[in-house]
Amino acid sequence: MENYLIAMAVSAGIYALMALGVNVIWGFAGMVNLGLVGFFAVGAYTSALLTLKAGWSIAAGMAAAALVTAAVGVLVALITVRLRGDYLAIVTLGFAETIRIVASNAIGLTNGTDGLSGIAGPYRSALSPEAFNLLYLVIVAIIVATAYGIAERLRASPFGRVLRAIRDDEQVAAVAGKHVTLFKVKAFAIGSAALGLAGALYAHYTSYIAPDIFVPLFTLYIKLALLAGGLGNNRGAVVGAFAVVFLLESTRFVIPLVPGISVVQGAAVREFLVAALLLVMLRYKPAGLLPERLAQLPVPPASGRYQPTA
Amino acid sequence: MPSLADVGQLVVNGVMAGTILAVPAMGLTAIYAVLRFPNFALASHATVGAFAGYAANAWLGLALLPSVLIAFVVAGMVGVATDEAVLKRFRPAGYITTAIASIALTIALENIVRFGFGNELRGYDLPIQRDWRLGAIRVGPQQVQNLAIAVATMAGLFGFLALTRTGKAMRAVADNPMLASIKGINADAIGRIVNFVGMGLAGLGGMLIGLDTTIDPLTGFRSILSVFAAAVVGGLGSIPGAVVGALTVGVGEELCLLFLSPDYRSAVGFVAILLVLTLRPRGILGQRAY
Repeated sequence: MENYLIAMAVSAGIYALMALGVNVIWGFAGMVNLGLVGFFAVGAYTSALLTLKAGWSIAAGMAAAALVTAAVGVLVALITVRLRGDYLAIVTLGFAETIRIVASNAIGLTNGTDGLSGIAGPYRSALSPEAFNLLYLVIVAIIVATAYGIAERLRASPFGRVLRAIRDDEQVAAVAGKHVTLFKVKAFAIGSAALGLAGALYAHYTSYIAPDIFVPLFTLYIKLALLAGGLGNNRGAVVGAFAVVFLLESTRFVIPLVPGISVVQGAAVREFLVAALLLVMLRYKPAGLLPERLAQLPVPPASGRYQPTA
Repeated sequence: MPSLADVGQLVVNGVMAGTILAVPAMGLTAIYAVLRFPNFALASHATVGAFAGYAANAWLGLALLPSVLIAFVVAGMVGVATDEAVLKRFRPAGYITTAIASIALTIALENIVRFGFGNELRGYDLPIQRDWRLGAIRVGPQQVQNLAIAVATMAGLFGFLALTRTGKAMRAVADNPMLASIKGINADAIGRIVNFVGMGLAGLGGMLIGLDTTIDPLTGFRSILSVFAAAVVGGLGSIPGAVVGALTVGVGEELCLLFLSPDYRSAVGFVAILLVLTLRPRGILGQRAY
């Protein structure tokens, strides 16, 4: 049971890292990424392939995963940044599908739908499964804490303010002399790096990745985590990720209790609930349960005393 | 070096695949033109249509044509119902929120189908026929039948848009919603009609795609990349564009087999989206995209 809880905490940590990354893209900069699972997959495959086939160390593989995914994010952002937001939606979704299709079919590289197995984990062979889980939890916790620290710094920095200005009104930001395109591309790169790193963490934890892990439903989990926690709010992103994992896991226990339900039907009910919950949140709590708190600027009272200097 | 006959066969295959792809692509682009958001729920409606047609064909024993009609009508009705119940409420919040909601909707609907039908692959109950040979080029009678259905559907849609009052009203709303409302066109009613027609086309397209192979709850989602590629390449919001885009993507996917391994065939749609957005964002026949 403890081992199960630790494994869930690791998943929640990986979700939290993704939610933090998406928060930079969607929460701060207001750019939609409907294919974040594709970026997650790029990170997972990059690190898995580099460690399996090129003999890289796990740390180097993870660093490469973050960099490669950031580069992919730059490319996707550059192509769509000047277009209306719905093109970004289409391109990111298409990107995720393309990654899945290529991963399923490029058998020589990715082993196709059978997936890659035997991906190395840090000290996996030297430790008992329990100790490995615990070690991994510590690693994930350190990475999430670091990412949280960086995201908080970003949020409070001038960079974060410009992103929010772009999100709220692109034209105003441009008039204020900000290079909107550059800021958007940077935000997309930073968020994508976090998604790629999360993918690498996932691959080295489970030791197995396959294309059917990277389904669109996964994208919904992270969107739900962000909405549950509060869009634009880093603490909310982490809290929301834990809430989503808790929700997903509790349905795993509750649904089989329904009499006469098959395994496939149970899975269908779960996925339906996730989708329905996202719709409800998006409709009734679009800013999330813990809305972003913006710094209140002191507004001078509107008294008649103010004298313009002529 | 591929022979000319090989190339000819690929072009023929591509035109046939493209014509079928044009059916859901027209649905997508019609909905986009009037309601102005990319409706990803198209995927699940293609699945719903494919399964409705399957139920009519395999359970009720209906022939191909009535089954296809049922696929259209059922998917269209589900489209109107889900839009009224779900997506319509998101539209005031902007097109991005609505697009995200449409993804959630597509997964919800897909799982309703999965709950009822399970994950196994199902095939339509159709006679197996020998391929026809025209010189060096082979075509299946079933493919030709699908092609005929797709072409008839296109003709029907163009006739509807060009000749009927409702069709003209639809074009008016797509062209200039403000002016249309001043002229007394009820945008809500047009929204319902475009949802019925658009999702109906998606359902019909889902069935046509499934006729060639098998269907399962992911049938719609698997084809959504090509459908969006067709609509974007042709110009999102332009119905003739959807046809041109679908043929381009269909032929492109086949011709790439000349120099790419079939593994990467499905990535062609995505590359086409990227190329068009980089070089000519409004697509072949579309309007502004920024």
